[in-house]
Amino acid sequence: MPFTRTDSARDGARKAGGFFGRLKAALGRTRSALVGRLGALLAGRRVLDEQLVEDMETVLLSADVGIEATRRIIDDLRRRAAAGRAGDEAALGAALREAMVEILAPVCRPLRVSDAAPFVILMVGVNGTGKTTSAAKLAHRFKHDGRRVLLAAGDTFRAAAIEQLQTWGERLNVPVIAQHSGADSASVVYDALSSARARGTDLLIADTAGRLHTQSGLMEELKKVRRVIKKLDPDAPHETLLVIDASTGQNALVQARQFTEAVEVSGLVLTKLDGTAKGGIIFAIAQTLEIPIRYVGVGEGLDDLRDFDANEFVDALLEG
Amino acid sequence: MFETLTERMGTTLRRLRGRGRLSDANMRDALREVRMALIEADVALEVVGTFTERVREKVLGQEVLRSLTPDQEVVRAVRDELCSLMGNENAELALNVPPPAVILVAGLQGSGKTTTVAKLSRWLRQEHRRKVLVASCDVYRPAAIEQLRVLAGEAGVEFFPSRSGEDPVDIATRARAEAKRRHQDVLLLDTAGRMHVDSGMMDEVRRIHAVAEPVETLFVVDSMTGQDAASVARAFDRSLPLSGVVLTKTDGDARGGAALSIRQVTGKPIKFLGVGEKLDALQAFHPDRMASRILGMGDVLGLIEEAERKIDREKAKKFADKFAKGKRFDLEDFGEQIRQMRNMGGISSLLDKLPGTGQLPEHAKSRINDTEFVKFEAMINSMTVQERRFPALIKGSRKRRIAAGSGTRIQDVNRLLKQFAQMQKMMKRVRRKGGIGRMAQGLTGHALPGFPGRG
Ligand SMILES: Nc1nc2c(ncn2[C@@H]2O[C@H](COP(=O)(O)OP(=O)(O)O)[C@@H](O)[C@H]2O)c(=O)[nH]1
Ligand SMILES: Nc1nc2c(ncn2[C@@H]2O[C@H](COP(=O)(O)OP(=O)(O)O)[C@@H](O)[C@H]2O)c(=O)[nH]1
Ligand SMILES: [Mg+2]
Ligand SMILES: [Mg+2]
Repeated sequence: MPFTRTDSARDGARKAGGFFGRLKAALGRTRSALVGRLGALLAGRRVLDEQLVEDMETVLLSADVGIEATRRIIDDLRRRAAAGRAGDEAALGAALREAMVEILAPVCRPLRVSDAAPFVILMVGVNGTGKTTSAAKLAHRFKHDGRRVLLAAGDTFRAAAIEQLQTWGERLNVPVIAQHSGADSASVVYDALSSARARGTDLLIADTAGRLHTQSGLMEELKKVRRVIKKLDPDAPHETLLVIDASTGQNALVQARQFTEAVEVSGLVLTKLDGTAKGGIIFAIAQTLEIPIRYVGVGEGLDDLRDFDANEFVDALLEG
Repeated sequence: MFETLTERMGTTLRRLRGRGRLSDANMRDALREVRMALIEADVALEVVGTFTERVREKVLGQEVLRSLTPDQEVVRAVRDELCSLMGNENAELALNVPPPAVILVAGLQGSGKTTTVAKLSRWLRQEHRRKVLVASCDVYRPAAIEQLRVLAGEAGVEFFPSRSGEDPVDIATRARAEAKRRHQDVLLLDTAGRMHVDSGMMDEVRRIHAVAEPVETLFVVDSMTGQDAASVARAFDRSLPLSGVVLTKTDGDARGGAALSIRQVTGKPIKFLGVGEKLDALQAFHPDRMASRILGMGDVLGLIEEAERKIDREKAKKFADKFAKGKRFDLEDFGEQIRQMRNMGGISSLLDKLPGTGQLPEHAKSRINDTEFVKFEAMINSMTVQERRFPALIKGSRKRRIAAGSGTRIQDVNRLLKQFAQMQKMMKRVRRKGGIGRMAQGLTGHALPGFPGRG
């Protein structure tokens, strides 16, 4: 019996009641930080005075929302206040919630798995964000839905990255296609896709090595992986998931832009929301790039992956 | 693209330039820009506040040198403040204790702890001739122990085997005993990533610390971290007696405001920078360089140091000699420079370090790309020695041959020759005016002579 995280006290919060409980527990810190302070700010104030505006800006900026997105949210709030729809504390709180939900609503589009055979998901992102772990969580989820899943160990660069994915594969009882460390990543993924077709697999999830978007050579390598996939199926990859660490600051927007340019990112996974990171950068990403946010990661376990939902996200941020 | 601190400061200072003395009013504008720039650079808000206040006091107070122009005054104050915030010199590891000296690393998930342990072990072995043992207390992340085993092999240091079924505290105890028994100089202990709000896991690392008795407890943090850096650093600093910080993934384009936040919140020195995934991608941290880089003065010192380490010293010396004697700069030299540049991580990583390139518009930066240099190198490789020494020889039929040989077009050859001529002119200027600082200025003049553009 391996020494697992479940043995540690860390799970106390998580055990409290299923999906919603966990999401709330994870997002609770964000919520209490942001809204607790906002609530305090709003109490007893009836108009949007400048001090209040500045305090709100502070709250948003310290959640990594960024200058531009914060400005837009505040402008929006001013308009709502001017229109008389936010006259008191409760109304202001609701207006803020509305303003924030409106930004996220357009990117709240859950991943729909078509009946492409197989449906190919490519995991991309900078180093250490949670690509491999998220790939395993996805495999777990789809397997649970009764689909046949195959994993491809496309990270041939980082030491023991292959073994990491293989360990997950064993735990999940999902086959992992791998070559040796140092092998050509595109060739691993090509093999895996051929194999997935031969086996009649429903889904192929291809992991890749972390790379900084500034490394042009490595970004070229990623484009090659994509080209090779397209040789076998011009419609694939059907989903390219950019994995972003919620604690990342303004650089996450640059990552989103550069990866999208290179490999047409079609969805985001926002990981590590179980800490105190606010993940506010998704507002800027939503406003400028409009990439759907598919999932959020709220822990290291296989069950710690949630569908992203704008209302839920903002509610979890703003309610109680 | 976000405006970086460098770009923003550039704009502000250009605006301030030539306005005569600083007034309370234009100071407010400048400081507002500084504040916004720091936020966009991910400096934690609480730190931004104290920072701008202190800068204001400095500029408006007695410390102003009356001989400086307003923009110089602001730059000086911002720079001084950045430097003092980040500590004043490069801190070394304190390993002068009875062996084994234990180094413990801790931090959030995926920050770069395992890679940093491997880099440090390699550095201690190669640069300091220490006998090093590494051990992993990460029993959670799949294959984390295997990762360290492989990296220890690459670094050429001893590895203490552990298994995922074991208790991390127990592993630390046994690794320490083993290091002592085998007379190792240093024991590096890797730990699992943990959230600072996870009390069970924070307690575990405290217990590891208690049995390992490290002389150095390093907090490893991703340089791309945003506002959260302050609270994470504060929590780790309260749980563990941190002795220093390692800032990783600085080879990206994040402005690294987290460095300021962490330093301010913990008061602990940043000892190393991770500058890549390979095991030699570890650098000492120089606060002044970081400040200069943030302010757009570029990291010329770092560039020189990096060049010194990477470039074949012989070749560098030959080049310097040739240069000093006033010899011509030929295509052979140009080719060699391109090769060296490639070794140093390509043009984009170099551009980041050169002063003033922050002021280059994004579209100009994107035109300066590595593929151009790959072409240049191919063309130079297709030339005869004569042609490289005397580029003037390269006319019609030779151009055709070179283009065919390198898989390029005649226009490409023409472009190479044009860029080379500009480069040669610049080299002459450098020699006349002297010094790499001058050369850097030449490089950042609007046209960027010597750097290929698309046109
Ligand atoms: N707390 C937390 N840790 C995560 C989450 N997702 C991934 N991790 C951890 O982050 C670290 C890096 O994850 P990994 O999947 O190897 O990242 P990759 O380099 O992008 O493949 C590992 O220690 C994971 O357990 C998450 O949602 N929450
Ligand atoms: N580009 C870059 N990548 C790094 C650096 N340090 C670590 N990494 C990468 O970041 C990822 C996570 O590193 P790892 O050492 O496994 O993190 P840990 O979970 O904290 O042990 C891996 O892909 C590393 O190769 C660095 O300085 N630069
Ligand atoms: Mg991975
Ligand atoms: Mg590790």
